[in-house]
Amino acid sequence: MTDTFTPVLTANWGQPNSWKLSAYEAAGGYKAAAKALKMQPAEVLGVVKDSNLRGRGGAGFPVGMKWSFVPQDNPNPKYLVVNGDESEPGTCKDMPLLLASPHTLIEGMIISSYAINCHTAFVYIRGEVLHVHRRVRQAVAEAYEAGWLGKDIKGSGYDLDIIVHAGAGAYICGEETALLNSLEGRRGQPRLRPPFPAVEGLYASPTVINNVESIATVPSIINHGAEWFAGMGTEKSKGFTIYSLSGHVAKPGQYEAPLGITLRELLERAGGIRAGHELKFWTPGGSSTPILTAEHLDVPLDYEGLASAGSMMGTKALQIFDETVSVVRTTLRWVEFYKHESCGKCTPCREGTWWLVQLLRDFEQGVAAEGSVDKLLDVAGIVNGKSFCALAGGACACVTSAVKHFRAEFEQGYTTPAWEVLPYEASALFAVEGGDVR
Amino acid sequence: MSDAPVELIKVTIDGVEVEVPKGTLAIRAAESVGIAIPRFCDHPLLEPIGACRQCLVEVPDAGNGRGFPIPQAACTLATAPGMQIKTQATSQMARDAQVGVQELILLNHPLDCPICDKAGECPLQNQAFANGRAESRYDGVKRTYPKPLQLSPQILLDRERCVLCARCTRFSEQISGDPLIALTERGAVQQVGLFADEPYNSYFSGNVVQICPVGALTAKSYRFNSRPFDLVSTDTTCEHCAAGCQLRTDHRHFTTRRRLAGAAPEVNEEWNCDKGRFAFASGHEDRLTTPLVREDGQLRPASWPEAIAAAAAGLQAAGDSVGVLTGGRLTLENAYAYSKFARIALGTNNIDFRSRPGSDEEAGFLAHAVAGVRSGVTYAALESAKRVVLVAFEPEDEAPIVFLRLRKAVRKNKLRVLTIAPFASLGSQKLGAELVQCLPGQEVAALQKLELDADTIVLVGERAALSPDTLDQAVHLTAKAQAGLAWIPRRAGDRGAVEAGCLPNLLPGGRPVGEPAARVDMAASWGEDLPIEPGLTSDGMLEAGLAAYVAAGIEPADYASQQAVQSALGNAFVVSLENRVSPVHDFADVVLPVALIEEQSGHFLNWEHRGGFVGRVNTQAKTAMTDLRALGMLAAALGKPLGLASTSQAAAEFAALGPWEGKRAALVSPAKDSPKGLLLASWHQLLDASRALDGAPELATTARPAKALLGPKTAKKYSIDPGAEIAVIGSEGQVRLPAEISEGMVEGAVWLPAKGTPAQPYSIASLGVAPGGVVELKGGDGNE
Repeated sequence: MTDTFTPVLTANWGQPNSWKLSAYEAAGGYKAAAKALKMQPAEVLGVVKDSNLRGRGGAGFPVGMKWSFVPQDNPNPKYLVVNGDESEPGTCKDMPLLLASPHTLIEGMIISSYAINCHTAFVYIRGEVLHVHRRVRQAVAEAYEAGWLGKDIKGSGYDLDIIVHAGAGAYICGEETALLNSLEGRRGQPRLRPPFPAVEGLYASPTVINNVESIATVPSIINHGAEWFAGMGTEKSKGFTIYSLSGHVAKPGQYEAPLGITLRELLERAGGIRAGHELKFWTPGGSSTPILTAEHLDVPLDYEGLASAGSMMGTKALQIFDETVSVVRTTLRWVEFYKHESCGKCTPCREGTWWLVQLLRDFEQGVAAEGSVDKLLDVAGIVNGKSFCALAGGACACVTSAVKHFRAEFEQGYTTPAWEVLPYEASALFAVEGGDVR
Repeated sequence: MSDAPVELIKVTIDGVEVEVPKGTLAIRAAESVGIAIPRFCDHPLLEPIGACRQCLVEVPDAGNGRGFPIPQAACTLATAPGMQIKTQATSQMARDAQVGVQELILLNHPLDCPICDKAGECPLQNQAFANGRAESRYDGVKRTYPKPLQLSPQILLDRERCVLCARCTRFSEQISGDPLIALTERGAVQQVGLFADEPYNSYFSGNVVQICPVGALTAKSYRFNSRPFDLVSTDTTCEHCAAGCQLRTDHRHFTTRRRLAGAAPEVNEEWNCDKGRFAFASGHEDRLTTPLVREDGQLRPASWPEAIAAAAAGLQAAGDSVGVLTGGRLTLENAYAYSKFARIALGTNNIDFRSRPGSDEEAGFLAHAVAGVRSGVTYAALESAKRVVLVAFEPEDEAPIVFLRLRKAVRKNKLRVLTIAPFASLGSQKLGAELVQCLPGQEVAALQKLELDADTIVLVGERAALSPDTLDQAVHLTAKAQAGLAWIPRRAGDRGAVEAGCLPNLLPGGRPVGEPAARVDMAASWGEDLPIEPGLTSDGMLEAGLAAYVAAGIEPADYASQQAVQSALGNAFVVSLENRVSPVHDFADVVLPVALIEEQSGHFLNWEHRGGFVGRVNTQAKTAMTDLRALGMLAAALGKPLGLASTSQAAAEFAALGPWEGKRAALVSPAKDSPKGLLLASWHQLLDASRALDGAPELATTARPAKALLGPKTAKKYSIDPGAEIAVIGSEGQVRLPAEISEGMVEGAVWLPAKGTPAQPYSIASLGVAPGGVVELKGGDGNE
């Protein structure tokens, strides 16, 4: 029996020792790799292309097309780099995936590397999540031992090495060119494009960078075929994905579903908003996607649906906030994050996030100057779209969307601290020692 | 240069259609039609970074019919055919973006213009006025740092002023290859920093001060020294080496305050070295202001007429046993005056500009292959060459701007550099040079093994003179392979001195002394018969013990044998033309004070044979006499007037001579000499105990420490431990310094810098051995 929520990517997460090679193989793991290694690389690429799989890291770029940009006549080695620097506030899908089933990623990497003629692939894992880093390293070691990595994989004549690299804890290293810099041992700051990584990426060689989830989806496509995958989802957003629900929701967690599902459906599955409360606002894809409200409950959660609602798909991190939450406070916390994570390379992001935090603090403390909501919007305006990469845009998106939907609440910041408008204790999910949640 | 035609594309900027080479950045394309887009991080000689975002423009059409929805950074935007660009002049979007970024840049800037050295010439100040808001809307507390951060003894950083454009860090990485400063931290506390235990010691560090678009980087020697609008600027040519850098010298109250690299795309681009920037000629207390004559064994001040009469009497008494020793500081015009003075007033060919060990082979080489020749080997030729071979030449130390150009070619054009040397120096490493290892003095064997071709350029340094047959073979081999060949001397006046005929075998313009037609040519111009016999080289003059010497700008310690200098000058009548008190004055009978380079105009010829104008910086000179005017008076007193009343007259007379088009001098066979024993390898580091560094204490501190370099086998043979103090012993004396043992050093030789540091000075001259000669080693305790 299959229904909308029948899992593929997360199917084995609940099994005992799901992260072990034995458990993974027992559940049918590595069949796709074996199958792919018998195909021609171009055929594998063709299947992924036909499936219309789009990148799961946020931008939604078609994966097969990205692979086809790799110039195969370039004499340099080709590299696959898997982006596991998941750091966006609210986003929690790659880390649980790697904890629960690291071999899904490794199998995906074998197939993907084979398709682009790569013999050295990298996994870049966010530095703070040491347990995930350990688990992936262990899985890679297991895969080497079982002959799924190394020389002449399972007699196919194909060689692949996987290098697991821990970042040093920088959000910006999730930006693909900053990730490459970091991987090369340089400062984690984004690079100029062009040249694009597909042509001149890691060590100035052709490089494909994909999100963990994108690559982990590849084995199922090889197993079941492009048509099967394309049969799920919506017209332009095919397949299934992992939605992470967090915040004021009865059962937070990772929910696998076809693209195009609505928040209303997901909330039903997750037991609704926490008891006795109602939805105030939510992010569709992490804090860098403009916030939405209860009126958007039926927007299809796919690339096109969210764009038409004035937001973005992002990382499908659905942060749910009920009516007790101060939007001023939330926005400040988010922008504090972006200020902290700004790499400093370009002026608008470095100085702009620094300024926005100071302005927002005034709103939170109820000491903002009369009329300064417009100044807040104006500052966001001189930052947004002027920066080197998308980080500052994310910081501005939450500010402008919050003001758009809740301008009156900001205007209360001229006179009243946010904690008086909406006492913070009311939105806490659990009691805080000492009672001060500020 | 590539012969491929440059593809031109048409773009429209603010409604003006312009043709630019394909790939031109929008900011450059705009410049070409006179539209200045404000910028901070952009620098045409650095790779684009797009960090400051000040140059945002609107692109309504990228050339494909579609525009960009958000403003684009003009400094990183490559133009495409048909692209439409609207700058702040025509686009509200661009204007708003630029005003916004400007406000953000000033957000944490202290606006301390009233106490900032940069105010008045500050791109931030200028662009804030031109493109910024009148008032900031920021009312918070600005970011501050303890100030200043000392990056090196010379370079200071006031971090709160910094706009983080990364020009300095990109310069140090991309241009000079000394990536010792880098951005550290992130976000709003990102800052320029350096390694914990390594100061930013670079031969080129001063450039970062010049390219800093705000007042964040300052040089200690200029900090709080002047306001830009109080300075008077003079364009000039650097006097420190043969690279020929164009400079701008700024003075106030007739005291030089600072020197900046001039914009000379064909020569030094927009860079110069720290010696050229921070070591000035003026400001020394030992400046000579009046003539001196020796009386009762002591030099005493004298009037010009008395000194000239005394000098003339002494020279007359010496008859034809007289010689002229000139040094590297002379402009072309002054060198020409000495050349003419020797031939006409003294009637001798005893003149030699080589105030250093040289050889007859070298004099022959200079007469045959250098004088009057424009070889076509230029900076541009180096940049587009496929391969450059360095023979007895260390560009970073001996011609730093040649080093920068080679490095640029290595980075951008995949130039391959080979160095024939005893080890791969720091400079060679930064060029990624391939070492062709040889013992000092044996470069010729290594050169003969190379397969030269028409895409190769051979650069020989002045030390090639000490390597028998190297110069002769360089001529033969490059001619055979149609490879390029250039001689790169170390001193600014050297190439001009060759052209002026400050050599015993050479008259001006490359006319060989031994060629009767050349002598006739010169005699016709000068209206005097010329001496027929070739003269003595500088070594020859010192050995010969002449009765009188005219010395100009020489340091005794630059010659190989101090004993020879002492016995020659000590027993002769010596006229010294000098601007500062010099060790030569221990021997001088008459001292004529002459103008500093800053007090006169003229020209230097650089190694390419390119003329560089020397501008007169100081018009309130303490002495009005240039070398050529003092010589003119002396010649008149000797009854042989030179007819050179002024520098411009000398320049005009020299130019009218033109180059020699007759038979060229033949090469001179090398001295056959193969010394046995431990050989001395040495060259002058850029910054050392040279008198040029007097008065520049910060610069002097950045000199590289002096160490004796030994291969492991050689060290073992002499039982020397790493770091131990050793004595390098020559026939006349010894030098003591710490030993460094390196696998990369050729065995059978010891390398040490020709001079110590200003803090611990020594000179290999005290050894009495020239590089390539035999020395002995002893451990620090004096035991063998």
